[in-house]
Formats: sequence, C-alpha cells, structure tokens
Amino acid sequence: MDLRTDIEQRLKHKPILLMTHLVLGYPSLGVNREVIRAMAENGVDCIELQIPFSEPMADGPVILRANQDALKQGIRVEDCFRFAGEIIREFPGVNFLFMTYYNIIFRYGEEAFLRRAAEIGMRGFIVPDLPPEEGETYLRISRELGTAPIMFFTPTSTPERMRKVAELGDGFIYCVARKGVTGKQTEIDETLADHLARYREATDLPLAVGFGISSRKDVALLEGKADMAVIGTATIRLVDEQGAGAVGPFIASLTRS
Amino acid sequence: MNQTQAKKGYFGNWGGAFIPEVLHQPFFQLNEAYRKIRADESFWQEYVDLMANYSCRPTPLTFAENLSNHFGGARIYIKREDLNHTGAHKANNVMGQGLLVKRMGKKRVIAETGAGQHGVATATMAARFGFDCTIYMGEEDVARQRPNVFWMEKLGATVVPVTDGARTLKDAINEAFRDWVTSMDETHYVFGTVCGPHPFPEMVAWFQSIIGREARDQILARHKALPAAVYACVGGGSNALGIFQGFMDDDVRLVGVEAGGKGTDTDQHASRMTGTRASAGVAQGYRTMFLQDDDGQMLDTHSIAAGLDYVGISPILAEMGESGRVDFAAATDDEVLKALELTMRAEGIIPALESSHAFVQAFKDAPNMGRDEAIIINMSGRGDKDIFTIAHAFDDPSWKKFIIDRADGYRKSSGG
Repeated sequence: MDLRTDIEQRLKHKPILLMTHLVLGYPSLGVNREVIRAMAENGVDCIELQIPFSEPMADGPVILRANQDALKQGIRVEDCFRFAGEIIREFPGVNFLFMTYYNIIFRYGEEAFLRRAAEIGMRGFIVPDLPPEEGETYLRISRELGTAPIMFFTPTSTPERMRKVAELGDGFIYCVARKGVTGKQTEIDETLADHLARYREATDLPLAVGFGISSRKDVALLEGKADMAVIGTATIRLVDEQGAGAVGPFIASLTRS
Repeated sequence: MNQTQAKKGYFGNWGGAFIPEVLHQPFFQLNEAYRKIRADESFWQEYVDLMANYSCRPTPLTFAENLSNHFGGARIYIKREDLNHTGAHKANNVMGQGLLVKRMGKKRVIAETGAGQHGVATATMAARFGFDCTIYMGEEDVARQRPNVFWMEKLGATVVPVTDGARTLKDAINEAFRDWVTSMDETHYVFGTVCGPHPFPEMVAWFQSIIGREARDQILARHKALPAAVYACVGGGSNALGIFQGFMDDDVRLVGVEAGGKGTDTDQHASRMTGTRASAGVAQGYRTMFLQDDDGQMLDTHSIAAGLDYVGISPILAEMGESGRVDFAAATDDEVLKALELTMRAEGIIPALESSHAFVQAFKDAPNMGRDEAIIINMSGRGDKDIFTIAHAFDDPSWKKFIIDRADGYRKSSGG
C-alpha cells in the first residue's frame, strides 16, 4: 500500500493523524530509539527522520542546533541509514519518511540514496530545498520506486503553483501554516482557516499542517480542516527539557478528547 | 553573460535555484523585477549616473610604474575599485540593487556580511535611499571586524550577530534567508556576491560588469592594446566576474586567485578551484564547487582575508574554470602580506588583504612577460580602513602597544 492510500485508510478511523519529527543523532541514536518507541506506542502515524546537514536553511534555531549538535557528535549518513533500517523493522505500524537537504542526497548519489531508502522500507522523502524545477531525477526515481516525494504549499503559493506541485507530489502535501521557519508559534485563526480552504481546493492529496503546533487545543482546531497535524520542534524541546520519558504522555495528550 | 543557458539560471552544470517552496513567490517577483530592469535601457544609465555622482565612477586605471620597473616584465595597471565610496567594489552591487528595491516599492533591506564590507555598503545604500536595514553577521566576524560594525550601526542599520554554525559568512547567509522567509512582502534581500539562487549570480554580475566595461576602455586608451592578462581575487567572485566581463570575448588570459590560507595542502584554506578538498554540491540555494566532506557537510574554511573565507564559489566562475576560460591560482597568507608590503612601499597604494591575493599571482607572472605587454590587477578594495586587521596580520609591535595603552585608558576612565 502506498503512503497516500495508507493515510486515507487511517483517516477512516481517526479524525486527524499525527506526524512527528526528530533529528537523527540528537541527542543520540539511543534516545532517538526511546522517543520513537514512545511515539509509536501512542499512535503516531508518520515520523520524519531528519538526516543532519550543516546548512539547514529552512529550519529555525531549535532544529538548527540539533543538526549541529548531532554532527559535532560525529553522526554520518551511513549511521542514519542503518538506524532507520532497524527502526522501520521494529515499528511496522508507523510510516517513516526521510527528511533532509538535497546536498545529502546529491553527494550520496541521487538514485543510490533513493533506492537504498526504498529497500529499507522508507515511505517518502521531505527535501525542503529541492523545488520540483530542480528535482526531475528525484521525482522520476520516486515514481519508479513508489515512494512519496512530499511537496509543499505555503501561504504565498498561488492556486496555479499549488496545482502544479500537487501533480508532481505524492503521499500528502506538507502545508506551511504561516510564513517563516520551523519552531515558532502559529496563531490558529481565520487566516489559517482561509489558507487551508485554499489548499484543500488545490488538491485531493491529504493535507499535513506543520510549524508551531504544540498542544491538544492546536490539534483539535485542525480537525475537519486538515488530515494530519505535524509536531516538530515541540518534541525536541520536550526531550531537551524533560527527557525521552515525557514524550509518550505528551503524544497521548494531543489526541485525547 | 554570454554562456548558453539551457536551463534557467544554469551555467553549464552550475547554478540553479534550490529554494524552499516558501521562497518561490518572492523569487518569482524578484525575477520579474530583474527582467524589467534588464529590458529598460534607462535603468543602466540611471545606475551609471548614480555611481558617477555618489561613488567616484569611473574609477581610475592606475599605471604602476614602480612595480612594473621592479619586476622588469609586463606593464602593471591597477583598476582602482578601492576608490569607490565605502572603499570597495561592493558599492557597485548594492547601489544597483538599491535602485531595484526602489522600483519594487519595498521599504526594508537585509543583507549578510562576512568581513563587513558588504554590510557597510548596504547600510550606506539604505541610508541614502531611506530604507530600514538589518545586517546579519557571524558572531566571530562581529568580534573580528568591530570598526565595520561600528559604521553599520552609525549609518542606522541593525547588526544581528549570528551565533549558529561556524558563526561566519555562510551562517549569516542562512540567517538572512530565514529573515526573508518571514518578511518578504516588504523586504528585499541584498545578496552580496555572484552566488546563491538564480537570479542573484547573474544580477550581481551584471551590476559589477561596470568594472570591466570601464577597464576595457581605459586600457585601450592608455596602452593602445588589450592586456595580456587580468587578475582578480575570488571569494564569492563578484569583483573577478565584474572585471572579467570586460574581456570575455577577447584573447585575454583571465586569472582568479583564491585564498590559499596556510597552504592548499593543509585544511586551513578556502580554495575551491585549486586544491583537492572541493567537490560538486548544492547548498545555500545553488550548485557549485563546495569545500565539503564525503557526506556533503560543509567544511570550515580559513583565510587571512575575511572576504575570501567562504565555502562556495560563483556558479558562473565554476563554469568558466571548468571550460578553461579562467585560470585559477591560490595565494597563501604569507605571500599576501609580502605582496601588500611591496605594493605599499613601491606605489603608496594600500590594497585590502582580499585584493592582495590578486597582486601575488600578478607578481609571479609579470617578470616572465614582455615589456610591451600589459596586465591589469583588479584592486577590489582598500586596506587602510582595515587597519585593525592588517596591523594584526603584520603583528606590528607599536600598534599593539597603542591598543594596550588605549585599553588601559578606557579601563581607568570607566573605573574598572
């Protein structure tokens, strides 16, 4: 079953899905494993595994520092592949996606990277600095492999632009709730509702909404308007402040009504 | 540029626009605005008039008679970009972008800066045009370049020290992009060099081409012939492309000189086209030769000249290097100081540490050339305003004593 179909199946039983994010090697692969277990046990549907990059231009300060810290500890792309392979086998109920910047894929060899990821069971890829205009090979190989190249909608995207990128993408659309980088609070207000209505009009793909979501209240407000809530920076902060043990109760609290 | 561009913003295999989707619309607007000014002949004249009125253009081409006699080979000419307002070629680009911002109707500009030259130039432009201005500068550069920070602030800009990454130029660029993502409606990002996503390499090269246009006319008037070679230092590459564009279709050797630091055989340099540490990559929005490891993580760079201390190189120069149109060389920190000292003594001219890299290679080649041949060195900036950096590089004892005494004085007067 491809990622899109899997998401649509899950939506028959839940009002909204959850996607979480973590930076591989931050604070360590051991803690990553505990955090992923807590996420999986509490019903997370998709997890973004970010391969660190030295120049993460689309990330805010929290994720940026996590990238740097992981690199300082010596994490390599090879470590990320091995770890991801183990995790995917251990948690078959979760859809895993690699999130990284294009240079990591480019240096590894685009085709080799995508094939290896597909072989270990990776369901899709989020590459924020690879617009479709530059991603011909990436899109072609993804189609061959049946993995989902995730595309973005943003508040400044025109309807024509959204239709174009949605056609090239698969899995779901990563919707940016406001202008800016990761990790800042989003006011879930009428403006967001307007954006989501515009997004919905442009595609049939499921809509995942990210950037700044951190509470049950935020998630509840998205129900009926979006298909998946993306929790990024909030769990990294939580692990920094309270340790991996706090992740399970936090995730459970997001969907408990 | 004359290169055939099969794909928009590409120069051979290099360039492109690797930008997050959230920047798609501002780049679309910028491309449109750029297309309009390129099509509008009055724009270039407005730009030339502004530079004549405000920035001492055309800058002179100085015949360096003493240096020419010293080496006994080619006649050495120096293109004096140091005589621009704010002391470097950076003014050409920022004033051009300032006119563009006016036409776009935006009210705020942001910029990254390494050594501070581009930051000072942007703050100056913002003051002149009445724009709000924020400059991103790596924390390490803020510490190294206090005089430039002082002037940026006095000119009315807000200087934001960047505390992430290596805390140098590339990190300042990342941070400026982060600002732009949230502020694009009213803000223009004044990119400082011929790097980054399309259209910046092409647009900045166009503004800087004023150097080469002038230099070609000047050498023909003075020497009655084209030069045998043209030398320029290469960090991002804007001064080099600026002067090279005057001689693209001529039988003139073009030489780009990179920062050799402590030697290209060490890990303390910033040479992308010379040496073996660079490889093809994609970062900061474009594809070029980057100093990076096998995984694609950017490496730390080093140069005595902060303006050359950068991981990437213009995609246009990467293509010109690959095709063989431009020859690349590297100059080490030690060679740079020797060339600077000689130029000061022989000609009474003080090149910036960046520019002194070009002098190194010109001095190596000049003795082997004929007396009837001419070469041009692009002196991208002046060194006297970087007195703190240059005095430190020379390890000058009387300067150190002055600083210590002055610091003691401040300590006493502040009661510390």
